[in-house]
Amino acid sequence: MIALLVRDLRLAMRAGGGFGLALAFFLIVVVLVPFALGPQPERLQDISTGVLWLGALLACLLSLDRIFALDYEDGSLEALATAPIPLEGVAAVKALAHWLTTGLPLTLAAPVLGLFLHLPAEGYLWLTLSLALGTPALSAIGAFGAALTVGLKRGGLLLSLIVLPLYVPTLIFGAEAARRGAEGFAVQTPLLLLAGLTAATLALLPFAAAAAIRINLR
Amino acid sequence: MTALLEAKGLTVERGGVPVLEGVSLTVEPGRVLVLRGPNGIGKTSLLRVLAGLAPPLAGEVDCPGGTAYAAHADGLKPTLTVAENLAFWADLHGQPVGDAPERMNLAGLIDRQAASLSAGQKRRLGLARLLVTGRALWLLDEPTVSLDTASVALFAGVITAHVEAGGAAVIATHIALGLEDRSEVLELGGYKARPATHAPGGFDEAFQ
Repeated sequence: MIALLVRDLRLAMRAGGGFGLALAFFLIVVVLVPFALGPQPERLQDISTGVLWLGALLACLLSLDRIFALDYEDGSLEALATAPIPLEGVAAVKALAHWLTTGLPLTLAAPVLGLFLHLPAEGYLWLTLSLALGTPALSAIGAFGAALTVGLKRGGLLLSLIVLPLYVPTLIFGAEAARRGAEGFAVQTPLLLLAGLTAATLALLPFAAAAAIRINLR
Repeated sequence: MTALLEAKGLTVERGGVPVLEGVSLTVEPGRVLVLRGPNGIGKTSLLRVLAGLAPPLAGEVDCPGGTAYAAHADGLKPTLTVAENLAFWADLHGQPVGDAPERMNLAGLIDRQAASLSAGQKRRLGLARLLVTGRALWLLDEPTVSLDTASVALFAGVITAHVEAGGAAVIATHIALGLEDRSEVLELGGYKARPATHAPGGFDEAFQ
């Protein structure tokens, strides 16, 4: 398991691994918002948490199709399926590697990008915390979607269509927690719901992803 | 001696259509089973069923020790070096890399990225992966594609050493690997598996 995690992280760091792509996309999306809506600080402040959450979510989506597709194409997935580790573990480790190379950097970058959008000072902690709680769910749901579409030619678009609706609850509670935090309201309810969603996702979806891979390998 | 692989009454499908029916085979340690038959007869489908990647339509496969399966795709990462590729698969199976690079004549390429290898060298690396799995039963689908004569001989030597050490292999191939004295041939023909025409025996084949 550790070997798989180390290999996936190493592959992400090597040339063409796609590390930094999501981060660059996030940066560009956030920078484009003031161009589209005008530079008024009040207006940007109002939408800052929502834009940062949406930007992080879309950036996360960008690299999902790589989770299993490359391993499928080069035969690694078949070899992993016959290796002495459960496919559920493979799916969980792949989701973890995706989070470490995408969700975690996005979480750490979000407060910096908040400066562009005049994020209120109280909001930084809650934005970071809500992203830290929510992005693991984005990776786990994404790994499930990637497992469903692995082996399909040009499955990337279908993957987005499957995954985006599943992202809705996480987006609602994550963005709500960050917004309430930024506006100085109590954040406990949305944060707890977000944490619960993430826990359920992490507990259940590796099994669903492994089942989907088994079917797609046939 | 217990069999490394036992299959009874397998019906194998491809794309929802049964291609092979009533295939039964037993692979003992120290033996090689060669699958022969025209393109499309279901050699790959049968190997995938034996590897546990696809379920059979009927029948059962008993493979207590697991398998090492090598298909046309090698499971190699182009941006990792030869050593890193092998170390990953060895680690995953809890095995040492050992002398696998030397045995597949890759010692001089150990620090090269897999992307910079030639097709034949990649194939040798893919086959070296089998060595580091530590699995006794190898399932090989056309393992000699892209290999030159010297590499085929090298590979045949590796298989010989593997079966002499108590391993076994099921190989779908059209070329002679020089393993005739320790191998049986299963001829797959028509839409049903027929008895092997020049098999010396050793398999309890039950065909319809």
